[in-house]
Amino acid sequence: MAAQLGFRCCGCAESFFAEGQPEQGLVADTPFQVAGSAGKEEKRITAAELLVDSAKNAVLAVQSYAELCGRTLVNMVVGPHYLQDTLEQMDFIGAGSMPIILLAGFFIGAVMVLQTGSQFIRFGQTSLTGDVVAIALVRELGPAFTGLLVTGRCATGIASELGSMLVTEQVDAMRAMGTDPNRKLVVPRVLASLLMLPLLTAIMDFIGLLGGCVASVFSLRLSAIEFWRRAIEALDFADLMQGFTKPVIFGFILATIGCYKGLTVRGGTQGVGRATTQAAVLGSVLIIVADAFLTKLALFLADKVF
Amino acid sequence: MSGTATALSDSGPAIQFEDVRLGFSEGDVFRGVSFQVQPRETMILLGETGTGKTLTLKLAAGLLSPSAGVIHVLGKEISSMREAELLDFRRKIGFVFQEGALFDSMTVGDNVAYRLREERVPEEEIEPQVREVLRFIELEDTIELLPSELSGGMRRRVSIARALISQPQVVLYDSPTAGLDPVTSQTIITLILRLRDVYGVTALLATQRLQDGFALANFHYDPQTKRVIRNARNGNAAAAAKAGQTRFLVYRDGGVYFEGGPEELENSKDPYLQRFLV
Repeated sequence: MAAQLGFRCCGCAESFFAEGQPEQGLVADTPFQVAGSAGKEEKRITAAELLVDSAKNAVLAVQSYAELCGRTLVNMVVGPHYLQDTLEQMDFIGAGSMPIILLAGFFIGAVMVLQTGSQFIRFGQTSLTGDVVAIALVRELGPAFTGLLVTGRCATGIASELGSMLVTEQVDAMRAMGTDPNRKLVVPRVLASLLMLPLLTAIMDFIGLLGGCVASVFSLRLSAIEFWRRAIEALDFADLMQGFTKPVIFGFILATIGCYKGLTVRGGTQGVGRATTQAAVLGSVLIIVADAFLTKLALFLADKVF
Repeated sequence: MSGTATALSDSGPAIQFEDVRLGFSEGDVFRGVSFQVQPRETMILLGETGTGKTLTLKLAAGLLSPSAGVIHVLGKEISSMREAELLDFRRKIGFVFQEGALFDSMTVGDNVAYRLREERVPEEEIEPQVREVLRFIELEDTIELLPSELSGGMRRRVSIARALISQPQVVLYDSPTAGLDPVTSQTIITLILRLRDVYGVTALLATQRLQDGFALANFHYDPQTKRVIRNARNGNAAAAAKAGQTRFLVYRDGGVYFEGGPEELENSKDPYLQRFLV
């Protein structure tokens, strides 16, 4: 078939390429020929200009991040949805993060008991350990550690995946074929993250309490039944509300930061690496900052409402 | 010149740029670009690197919007469309990216079927269509392979197949032969020729290689004999006209420097154009 389609046909021995044409492409004089850029003078940038520029860039970044979040929220409600992609992301973010959550959760609970127990021994109140560990884990440490661990694992993964797709023009190819990259790439990741984080937090809380229980039995000589009874009694509805609202917000933050950093990559492979690092740093910092505000809000609501 | 061409066709130009300007913070790339591509015509965009060939294609696909000016594609003004409308509109055009831009986590078959799945075509209709298109590019055996398992030339062909699956009226090729050896380039150009002469697509093709343009201008594909035949210099003008004409567009300094047929370009004494003809 291929031979039939050759260009040397009909007895015509003329070359397919025009005679005397060089095989290689033309080489430009400059890497980027911008019209009218000839004879450009070297510009001096003052400190004030630099400051204004970076302020502008920061505002622009906040604006485009807010735009991405807004569009994602709308697309999450209004279809069409990519169910298959969402399930795949749920597997990656949820099931994929299980090992680190289990391992980290167990030892966080154990460390909590060892630290608080050593203080309670001084007052002979080691039986309170269960209360303290339960409240600290469910209200604060469970959601925060889950958020930070999943950011480290998934926000970076999302940023590098989308960043690589962007630099190899796959995102443009998607747009060229009539697919909205926000719907296809961002919404499934954010939705999966929103759904998975509370579940991972629940597992983290439970495994943390288990770790705490093991540590208190072996180190403080408490009975396991006493530990669990006190731990469960210490928790009320407001604690659970707080403990399971936070991971939803954290899930939104880590997925949107990962997507934002991935979809705004500049500068090829190096840019992808940079975006990945920034996603981890920015995601973690934002989660900690959001945690402070959410805690204040949750405590206020717990006081007024529940 | 464009006036006579417009008179020939009732439906108007397939692609029309009117005084299009585009600027970035680094400077202006286009300072008023105007041209028309008639239905079934192949327009070859020539220019050195950085003169905006790829940007022209992205503008024509609505992937970028111009700073000023109007762009009409298939009778629709795309320069003022919203992204949602553009997404819908882009299903009528095919875009072949420079490096192929295949989805590297999907198999060749899934890549080619992507658009059909997006349009919720029933699964039992997808397979035969994908096989047909892969047969057209002579890569039917690769349906289960991942893009990373293919050679550079094969990836470009799959990329053409992916653009072809929904039978677009307009195909935009971004340097389809860049970085390929002459034999593979010839295979790609043959494929573009066949696409033009079998399906009658309108094409805008950016390239740095003038020989690609001349190959498209001087050869045509005969579906009956399944051969690529050189156009007779004078004789079969009818066949050439049927195949759709090939014209050239050369950019320089943010504007259109030359627009015309292959003979005009070949016979030009202009020193700048001579650089392409060396």
